[in-house]
Amino acid sequence: MSEAASPIPVTVLTGYLGSGKTTLLNRILTENHGKRYAVIVNEFGEIGIDNDLIVESDEEIYDMNNGCICCTVRGDLIRVVEGLMRRPGRFDAIVVETTGLADPAPVAQTFFMDDDVRSKTRLDAVVALVDAKHLPLRLKDSREAEDQLAFADVVLLNKTDLVDADELERIEQTIRSINPSARIHRTERAAINLEKILDRNAFDLQKALQNDPHFLDHDDPGHVCGPDCDHDHHDHDHHHHGHDHHHHDHPSDIHDTSIQSISLKAGPLRPDLFFPWIQSITQNDGPSILRLKGIIAFDGDDERYVVQGIHMLIEGDHERVWKPDENRESRMVFIGRDLDAEKYRRTFAACQA
Amino acid sequence: MATVAPLDLDAHCLAAAFLGDVPFFALVDGTVHWLDHGHHHAQLCDGMVSASADPFSKRLLIGGEDGKVGSIDGSGETREIASLPNKWINSVAAGPRGSVAYSAGRSSYVVLEGGKTHEFAEQRTVEGLAFAPKGMRLAVARYNGVSLHWIGTQAAAVDLEWKGAHTDVDFSPDGAYVVSTMQENALHGWRLKDNRDMRMSGYPVKVKSLSWSAKGKWLATSGAPAAIVWPFTGKDGPMGKSPLELGTRGDQMVTFVACHPSDDVVAIGYTDGMVLAVRFGDQKEAVMRRGGNAPISSMAWNSRGVQLAFGSEAGECGVIDLSA
Repeated sequence: MSEAASPIPVTVLTGYLGSGKTTLLNRILTENHGKRYAVIVNEFGEIGIDNDLIVESDEEIYDMNNGCICCTVRGDLIRVVEGLMRRPGRFDAIVVETTGLADPAPVAQTFFMDDDVRSKTRLDAVVALVDAKHLPLRLKDSREAEDQLAFADVVLLNKTDLVDADELERIEQTIRSINPSARIHRTERAAINLEKILDRNAFDLQKALQNDPHFLDHDDPGHVCGPDCDHDHHDHDHHHHGHDHHHHDHPSDIHDTSIQSISLKAGPLRPDLFFPWIQSITQNDGPSILRLKGIIAFDGDDERYVVQGIHMLIEGDHERVWKPDENRESRMVFIGRDLDAEKYRRTFAACQA
Repeated sequence: MATVAPLDLDAHCLAAAFLGDVPFFALVDGTVHWLDHGHHHAQLCDGMVSASADPFSKRLLIGGEDGKVGSIDGSGETREIASLPNKWINSVAAGPRGSVAYSAGRSSYVVLEGGKTHEFAEQRTVEGLAFAPKGMRLAVARYNGVSLHWIGTQAAAVDLEWKGAHTDVDFSPDGAYVVSTMQENALHGWRLKDNRDMRMSGYPVKVKSLSWSAKGKWLATSGAPAAIVWPFTGKDGPMGKSPLELGTRGDQMVTFVACHPSDDVVAIGYTDGMVLAVRFGDQKEAVMRRGGNAPISSMAWNSRGVQLAFGSEAGECGVIDLSA
């Protein structure tokens, strides 16, 4: 009997056709990593492994009927996850593969908006696979490729053997200009230590920051990665570390697409100003905001407050006590389209104590 | 006083049912167990997704994670009805004259006695199935409504549209109403003679269990700290009327309801495994089972209404006897 079991972690795997998703799934299913994964795929065909924990499911986008145009969920996932969770002893985690053209938001929102799913599972991370060779072209011709990057907690920059070092550096800068808070891993044939993509707790407000001590620091001109830095986007090659993290000022020539990120920084905030502000921003701009994350210092509050969101969904909680040597400042990043950066800066600053 | 004869099994009970006088329990691991002069079991599929008792003949239908559609009868004899490899059989339903409906993905299928199969394709995934009482029509719950197909004719389906995701569907026993459960915390209904909409809302959680009382006068539902029981006696069904709230508990939700086969009484199962029987008229409550380790996931009365088979999400099954 397995009542009151801890929630099962769910990893969402995005990436267009040819990016290496199937290769990665095969590795997750066959490697001896000591964990059992239930995998929800769109088509059995490509996997080629006989495993009763592979479930085929048609992507079904449901509007939540609450008047909010961005409140969408994956109806098929609600059903499949409910079915899987009736036999919880069979697997340790769930991986959801999405089609190449999928919008990642409904998948992620399913794990927050459906009470039954939310009570039994937790969204662990959104992992995007991109093909280093074809990413520039994809970003030119598909909005989805850009959305998937913007949405990701972890990006696997795959097929790095097909491009030269300069090109790779440019592509990585492009990814970072779309999504400054994602962790980037360079891979060939999707070869990655699975611990770096599974069980990341990227959506766990308490743990996400422990795994990512430099969260939101990439834009900090003072930040230079030291030898013990956990920035995996350079983990194979430390001499890259000196480069400038200010990509926004130098948009890459291959990134001619529409996603922007806005990084905000301020001193301690007044909660009676901040909460109405974030409420109003997400209510008004929700459809344009893909992801938001932040660490907030409240005036007179000894604990850090962390916040994250998807479109209009937003959640926040106190995380831990500020350390004595920490600078009590508030930082947020918004990733989206058509966001008025000047307005965000001005109104965020106006929340200061 | 009710006596409980427990049968502790290992997996979530999808359906408890009486086939004749024998209690049957279908579990998510693909097994079916029954108590007939001892405990018997059979493996019907590799992982079970759906199960439904056939009210027209003494058998239980099952749908598997392995694509198997099968049945087991009161003597324990099993039969494979269909197989769709690699598909989950999301729902199964029984109709009169041996007909069986099942669904996988965006298709539902009706197998008539004799083996002839009709396929009905939908634009969206099939979430639930129900035969009309006379078996001429099949209701299919889907996104944005319910499709009503005529079985065995080429006539176009009637679409009952209502915005939102419909997760299951049922006909009233007289065939006059179709009721669906929704992804939102609500039911939706249609009166078929004029397709008039009926909205039944106000639930704190999703409604997952429906049960019609004897002669279809009331519809009992889960999804609240009480069984919510809608009157279907007047010509407008429940419209403009308040439902009964039976067996209200402060700290538990109702997870399953099963109306008595002849009296205005409903058996109510809760999240903590308790089972109450409550009379509609005076709302008098009787404790049938004090509680357990998991929510009640299925219940069924025997035809005389003196025994109640139950199962829980943790596999705690059994039979409650009222005749003692």
